[in-house]
Amino acid sequence: MLKSLGRRTAADMLMPSRADEVPVIRIEPSRGWVSLKLRELWEYRELLYFLVWRDVKVRYKQTVLGAAWAIIQPFFTMVVFSLFFGKLAKMPSDGIPYPIFSYAALVPWSFFSRGLNQASNSLVGSARLIKKVYFPRLAIPIATVLSGVVDFLLAFLVLLGMMLAYGIVPTINVLWLPFFLLLALITSLGVSLWLSAMNVQFRDVRYTVPFITQFWLFATPIAYPSSLIENPWLRTLYGINPMTGVVEGFRWALLGANTAPGPIVAVSSLVALALLVSGAYYFRRMERTFADVV
Amino acid sequence: MSDIAIRVEHLSKQYHIGRKQEKYRTLRDTLAEAFVAPFRRAGRLLRGQATGAAELSETIWALRDVSFEVKRGEVIGIIGRNGAGKSTLLKILSRITEPTEGYAEIHGRVGSLLEVGTGFHNELTGRENIYLNGAILGMKRAEIDRKFDEIVAFAEVEKFIDTPVKHYSSGMYLRLAFAVAAHLEPEILLVDEVLAVGDAAFQKKCLGKMEDVAQEGRTVLFVSHNMSAVQALCPRTILLRQGQVALDGPTESVVREYLANLTEGAEQALEDNPERTGSGGVYLTAARVLDETHQPTRHLIAGRPASFELHYRNLIGAKRANVAMTIYNHLGIAVTNCDTVLTGFSVEEMGPEGILTCHIPNLPFPIGQYYVAVAIYVNGKQMDLVPNALVFDVDSSTFFKNGRTPKVRYCACMVSHQWQHETTNHR
Repeated sequence: MLKSLGRRTAADMLMPSRADEVPVIRIEPSRGWVSLKLRELWEYRELLYFLVWRDVKVRYKQTVLGAAWAIIQPFFTMVVFSLFFGKLAKMPSDGIPYPIFSYAALVPWSFFSRGLNQASNSLVGSARLIKKVYFPRLAIPIATVLSGVVDFLLAFLVLLGMMLAYGIVPTINVLWLPFFLLLALITSLGVSLWLSAMNVQFRDVRYTVPFITQFWLFATPIAYPSSLIENPWLRTLYGINPMTGVVEGFRWALLGANTAPGPIVAVSSLVALALLVSGAYYFRRMERTFADVV
Repeated sequence: MSDIAIRVEHLSKQYHIGRKQEKYRTLRDTLAEAFVAPFRRAGRLLRGQATGAAELSETIWALRDVSFEVKRGEVIGIIGRNGAGKSTLLKILSRITEPTEGYAEIHGRVGSLLEVGTGFHNELTGRENIYLNGAILGMKRAEIDRKFDEIVAFAEVEKFIDTPVKHYSSGMYLRLAFAVAAHLEPEILLVDEVLAVGDAAFQKKCLGKMEDVAQEGRTVLFVSHNMSAVQALCPRTILLRQGQVALDGPTESVVREYLANLTEGAEQALEDNPERTGSGGVYLTAARVLDETHQPTRHLIAGRPASFELHYRNLIGAKRANVAMTIYNHLGIAVTNCDTVLTGFSVEEMGPEGILTCHIPNLPFPIGQYYVAVAIYVNGKQMDLVPNALVFDVDSSTFFKNGRTPKVRYCACMVSHQWQHETTNHR
């Protein structure tokens, strides 16, 4: 890990030194809606990197099964779903074997819900940091959501194995996969920004998050296909839940489900972006009270 | 390029504190409130006005109209009692919290050190924590790489650098934490009381490092309760009192003024002293120092008798209480503790008001200034704790019959002793 830190040194040194410029910071009360200060966030990218790295390193310390937990959760949910929805309820699955049909949806879903759970508590969990050091607070929930990518990749490896076992060869659509992962990330982050900032003032949020994820799980076509809705307009509207776009996108890109999710994905992307932007502004607006209240 | 490093103009900070609890409410009121309050709060939240779940009616000004300027390369001490606004000032200057009014301008890269070891993670190794903590304090990775060996050497943890810090002794942990912080090289450094941790040797090392930093021509704002550290490091000092700048000038005179003003006169009325903690069921209303003739004074003579009178009020009808008095010298070091538990004295039948007197027959303190903290306990629960209930000076000494006193730097408390001698030259 630290060897790789060393390697980047040379590149850092090539960057022009701006030591002679004296930056002037003006500290004053902010009023109303404030700018996102994305540039400052960029300047703190190394901290962001270290926070992600810490989360990843620490997550499975002192657990017996370690990183296997990243796989166990979606995998056993898949087993349960296959048993009850696939075998007993005979849920349709767009012509794809049910286990892989649900698992391909559970992988991005786990990424989303894990990010949501942890990021919404992230500010409260970093209270000491917030009270003692300055840095763009946005870095905290962003780092928490990003660190879930490692878990996602582990669970994704199992998905590849299952595809091999079922003899499913992905089409060229697979190139879209990173986009759908990004969509899941944006959705997770957007909701987390709202919830984490609220959680600072109102610890009620901690108790509502499990509810939200549970409802959201069943409101997303994970155990069932969105093609259950036959009216194409209604089906497109289903994309208002951005996770619908993500899940259908994953199935389309990997399993070649013939469900052409284009309109759903378009709606989902718009909603996810709106969540992210509004969440970021709300977060920045509440940020001024974090250190006093948390 | 101007030579101003920090400019603070009319800076104020208001904090909301919870409303005082109403005493009696009917169950119906309580239930109704329980149903209505969440909605009211949710409404406030959505309007972006939330300042916490507490009700918003009580506010205090932690800082009020503070203005000063700091020139490039100046090292400035900030002193004041607890609650005078020192930490709030540093928090605003480090951008952790926003001011309510006024503004501050900072010219240059700021590093702030309000605590050592912020962000340390117990599961990570010393090496990993150096990188993590460095990044949190605002160091670039290249900078940490460059200083890594120096940090490890300063912390004296070479052997354990790849061990998780949860296995470190508390001394090692602190040394490592301070080492990272000490290698921060901003143009402007804000430091809050970080020297108050660790053992004496470690504190000395920290102080040495701070002296180096001060001599390197960087601008430093140094908050401390340790007057000797402030005097050693800072030519100029700002005294804050109740959120305002009370005095700003050469350290020696500001510190003298601060110590003299900690309490004036022999008697201290404590009824409205805000600087206290405890539930308040039994509390100190006044305290005074009496000399051997039982006259109130603030000047005592070592080796002579002295008494400390503590006036209390008892609101909860407590029968028994324990009272403890800790006497601190000017360095903030506890010199001794006088506690009813230690002498086995117990107060029976306290009554609604009363006076407790602690008598010291042979005052053993060397010449200097002393502060007395008083605490009252009922059934082991703290009722009142007043950190600076009393101040007194010891001006001269008859402790040793020849009137000599040991030098302050070798002595916190005088002890009666005898010498004896024999030769051991037996051939």
